[in-house]
Amino acid sequence: MALLTCKDLSLGYEGHPIVENLNFDINSGDYVCIVGENGSGKSTLMKTILGLQPPLEGKVIASDGFKQTEIGYLPQQTVVQKDFPASVKEIVLSGCGNGMGLRPFYNKEEKKRAASNIEKMGMSEYADKCYRELSGGQQQRVLLARALCATKKMLLLDEPVTGLDPIVTAEIYDNVYSLNRDDKITVVMISHDIEAALRYATKIIHIGKTVFCGTKEKYLSSVEARLFLKGGETNG
Amino acid sequence: MAELFNKLILYFQYPFVIYALIVGVLIALCSSLLGVTLVLKRFSFIGDGLSHVAFGAMALAAVFDLTNNMPFVLAVTVISAILLLQVGQNAKIKGDAAIAMISVGALAIGYLLLNIFSKSSNISGDVCSTLFGSTSILTLTTTEVWICGVLSVITVAVFIVFYNKIFAVTFDENFARATGTKAGVYNLLIAVIIAVIIVLAMNLVGSLLISALVIFPALSAMRVFKTFRSVTICSAIVSVICAFSGIIVSILAGTPVGSTIVAVDIIVFVLFFILGAIKGGIRK
Repeated sequence: MALLTCKDLSLGYEGHPIVENLNFDINSGDYVCIVGENGSGKSTLMKTILGLQPPLEGKVIASDGFKQTEIGYLPQQTVVQKDFPASVKEIVLSGCGNGMGLRPFYNKEEKKRAASNIEKMGMSEYADKCYRELSGGQQQRVLLARALCATKKMLLLDEPVTGLDPIVTAEIYDNVYSLNRDDKITVVMISHDIEAALRYATKIIHIGKTVFCGTKEKYLSSVEARLFLKGGETNG
Repeated sequence: MAELFNKLILYFQYPFVIYALIVGVLIALCSSLLGVTLVLKRFSFIGDGLSHVAFGAMALAAVFDLTNNMPFVLAVTVISAILLLQVGQNAKIKGDAAIAMISVGALAIGYLLLNIFSKSSNISGDVCSTLFGSTSILTLTTTEVWICGVLSVITVAVFIVFYNKIFAVTFDENFARATGTKAGVYNLLIAVIIAVIIVLAMNLVGSLLISALVIFPALSAMRVFKTFRSVTICSAIVSVICAFSGIIVSILAGTPVGSTIVAVDIIVFVLFFILGAIKGGIRK
């Protein structure tokens, strides 16, 4: 069943479309990878799905009792965060904000949710540690735990392995994959790493000069994939 | 030593000294609370810009001979804060440039107005005391103390109630917005609180030194503490202690109140910096 439907989306800035006529569904349990060259509009698409940026045309429809604000978002790290004095606990807890409304403080249930997500990501022993003193992979796991606090159904990850070494990268992919497989959480990931995308994803959205949305199997035999994969090799 | 102590006891018999201490401590408390957020959001200069706007408003109030200028200055500063934040997001002139423009503009126009229209015989004295706060804290009326008290309590209450939201918006605005927090509203709230604090703090340290009161305690606390809550609490305590001791020193030594407080803030920052370096060194 479709959780999110993107209908006739046109994306871009100040009236200049980068991508047009984007149509796809994201179903419960999918593992979707969004791939494409730099500047092709991947991040814009992600912001539009999250409701941070209105589309030029078309709309994003959440259905089946799912709300746009219930997406767990794992953003790319900002400069501000690298030097931010906050404990792991405080950061993960801030993911519970979407059910709060105007209530000023977190309740017991939310604190429990934060603690269990910290544990799920294997970060319990670091719960009181300072975020800026953690390694890149640990920080990413903290942000993943925070994203899990915000959602029970869908994770949206923006290049989650940028700047991580191969071992940590594999661990993060494993974490995400087990969330998808065991917890039945829908995963939408922007990725540069086309190999990993093809290994885990069930569905590929390729945006660029031409747009492809469909299953991995179909993607592998598509024109977009052939051009892109060839390009990817020459880029290293 | 005993002589100093006697002098202090003598001073404490005057109500204006007590007022100055109460107001000073309250203002220091408020200004430090948002310091952490401002430093982390790279907003340090908004405080600076707004304080110059407040100076301009004060000059305007002086020209029109308003006896109680605080409500007027407050209104102008709050409106400027909202405009800076709202316009700053989608304007042709980007954030820092807009702030720089407004702040020097307000400073220049304020000084110009004072020079042309003021009936006071000692214009440079007036300007100096508005900019650096010199003696004004010792001449507070009971009404001003009450206004300061009430506004401070409101500021602290608002900060505590919205503490978690402010944290979320400071740490990651996009995430907060994506999960349904009205980040725009909280940014606005932060701006309004800053404006209120600046107008309050003008009495204490004058408009040029306000930024110091806002950012120094936060920066000091960030050297040593690791969680958002402990940094916030520590900067509040540091700020209150610095303001208190600064006022006492300035009374005893006859130095200007504002700059003495800022000097104490700087000393504490250096101490915390060294402490942080030692702590970090041991851990590594």
